[in-house]
Amino acid sequence: MKALIEFRDACKYYYMGDTVVKAADGISFQIYKGEFVAIVGQSGSGKSTCMNIIGCLDVPTEGTYLLDGRDVSQMNKNELAEIRNEMLGFIFQQYNLLPKLNLVENVEVPLMYAGVPRAERRERALLALDMVGLREKYKHKPSELSGGQQQRVSIARALAGDPSVILADEPTGALDSRTGREVLGIIQQLHAAGNTVVLITHDNSIAVQAQRIIRLEDGHVIYDGPADAPDAVVTPRAAGTEGGAAS
Amino acid sequence: MSILESFSLAVKNILSSKTRTLLTMLGIIIGVAAVIVIVGLGNGLEQYMTDSFSGLGTNTLTVNVMSRGSTRSLSVDEMYDIVEENSDYLDLCSPTVSMNGYVKIGSDTVSSTSVQGVSEDYVDISGASVSSGRNLQYSDMKLRAKVCVIGAYLDQAYFGGSAVGQTLRVGGQSLTVVGVLAQQEDTLEEGSGDDCLYLPYTTASRISGEVSSYVVTVKDENQLDQSVAALENALYEIFSSDDYYTVTSMAEMVETMTSMINILVGVLAGIAAISLVVGGIGIMNIMLVSVTERTREIGIRKSLGAKERYIMQQFVIEAACTSALGGIFGILFGYLLSAAASQVVTRLMEETLAVAPTLAAVALAFGISVGIGILFGYLPAKKAAKLNPIDALRYD
Repeated sequence: MKALIEFRDACKYYYMGDTVVKAADGISFQIYKGEFVAIVGQSGSGKSTCMNIIGCLDVPTEGTYLLDGRDVSQMNKNELAEIRNEMLGFIFQQYNLLPKLNLVENVEVPLMYAGVPRAERRERALLALDMVGLREKYKHKPSELSGGQQQRVSIARALAGDPSVILADEPTGALDSRTGREVLGIIQQLHAAGNTVVLITHDNSIAVQAQRIIRLEDGHVIYDGPADAPDAVVTPRAAGTEGGAAS
Repeated sequence: MSILESFSLAVKNILSSKTRTLLTMLGIIIGVAAVIVIVGLGNGLEQYMTDSFSGLGTNTLTVNVMSRGSTRSLSVDEMYDIVEENSDYLDLCSPTVSMNGYVKIGSDTVSSTSVQGVSEDYVDISGASVSSGRNLQYSDMKLRAKVCVIGAYLDQAYFGGSAVGQTLRVGGQSLTVVGVLAQQEDTLEEGSGDDCLYLPYTTASRISGEVSSYVVTVKDENQLDQSVAALENALYEIFSSDDYYTVTSMAEMVETMTSMINILVGVLAGIAAISLVVGGIGIMNIMLVSVTERTREIGIRKSLGAKERYIMQQFVIEAACTSALGGIFGILFGYLLSAAASQVVTRLMEETLAVAPTLAAVALAFGISVGIGILFGYLPAKKAAKLNPIDALRYD
């Protein structure tokens, strides 16, 4: 079976004056269709870089990233924008809804850039809002909703374009634990419905909700395996002196 | 994403910050309104000039002669001979003697009347006609008759419409009114075309001195240049020099005046157009601020798949819409100002001068304002389109 997401020795270097910061230093993994994977790591571990690359917001400095068999590393900005639109659904920590648009218009944004005709766009957006239980509030502005509701709208937006991968970046980070669990519940439903979900988090208790955990530290993969294995949530502290080198 | 989509996004954004949009547009509004009013004023002036001169006829030539001692001068008879010899081109001729005197009617003194010594043809030349009594005659010239023809204004205002047979005094000379001219203008006003008095040039030259200017009409207006040349040649033969006479055609004068007005209007409109440029810079400034403010929005849109050109399109169209809207307000404002200016000028000058904006000026002003929006919206839009989505998403 062909991997949906494949990192082959992907590196990302940032140049700050004379020093080279290796945010990702030879990361390799494969994620298959229908998987629910959590990418875990402390800040500076390279998980944000990883997410930016998976999300096609950035390209690796070295190595290859294949999304559905297509080499993203070589694409230009326009092609990346197209790939993001077609294949990825983003769920951000800060929801990132557009404050001037109402809920259904927010959900419509990716469809608009995909060139979906107006009527069909509205229909699909309302359907997506229905899935997160906010259809009847479609005319409200994001500011009139609670954080949990806003996050549900952003989930609806991620779903609306029918993406291959749903990429959730700390989706519960700005929520209290109860609404956080609610949102995680929805994400698990998405997975159960056959979607491929990649969850980026620093929180082990959230990571264990996934099937599989990829743990990063200092730009390297230090664990890649099932979430219920005993050493999945253990952070090795052996190399304490190097901690946070990439931050 | 279609242009229409970008357009509706732009309208939404403009509507969501009305005060800011209005202030942004102010420069464009003022610029467009100023251009429209100034061009309208120029048109009004031109129209006014044409109207005032058309009464004198565009087929007339004015000849001014300076006497050259006693040896070389042009007598009235010589002038008539010239006209007769060139009858292919020239038609009627009348000496004109302007008199700067008051007209005394009974105990009233009228200072506004234009008093001229002329020949019997002058009434025809000026396009007037006699409504009662008779015109001046050749015999009046010969006899230096103490008679005159007056305009409808003097007749109505001082003689109650029965001036024929009455007497008045000009420059100490008593004259009998033999004819009244038909009313030429819509209303009888002091100083208008109807406030005039014509007496025989022979009588007038006794009071005011030698005849030094003539009005000559041409047979065919299309042969104006040839007619002027013929007249000038004849005059040159008499004077052997072109320093002692001038031949001016009315059409030429109107043309000269019109082109002067046009230059003036052009310069003023150019100055007003500077305001348009300043307005454009205002739009650019606000758009740049707007790009910074909306960095996060741009990041979100990009992460959801907006290509650079969509972001570009959105911002350029927003700038163009803002300035186009400013243009529309400016046009409305310009028309209002024009109407107000017409009123004010009419009151102040006691003349009807319509400030009439041309459609071309309006279209041009609108076109320029949209163009300025696109031009000055381009830079901020480019900046927005080039934003890195990762940085933009992180921006607070």
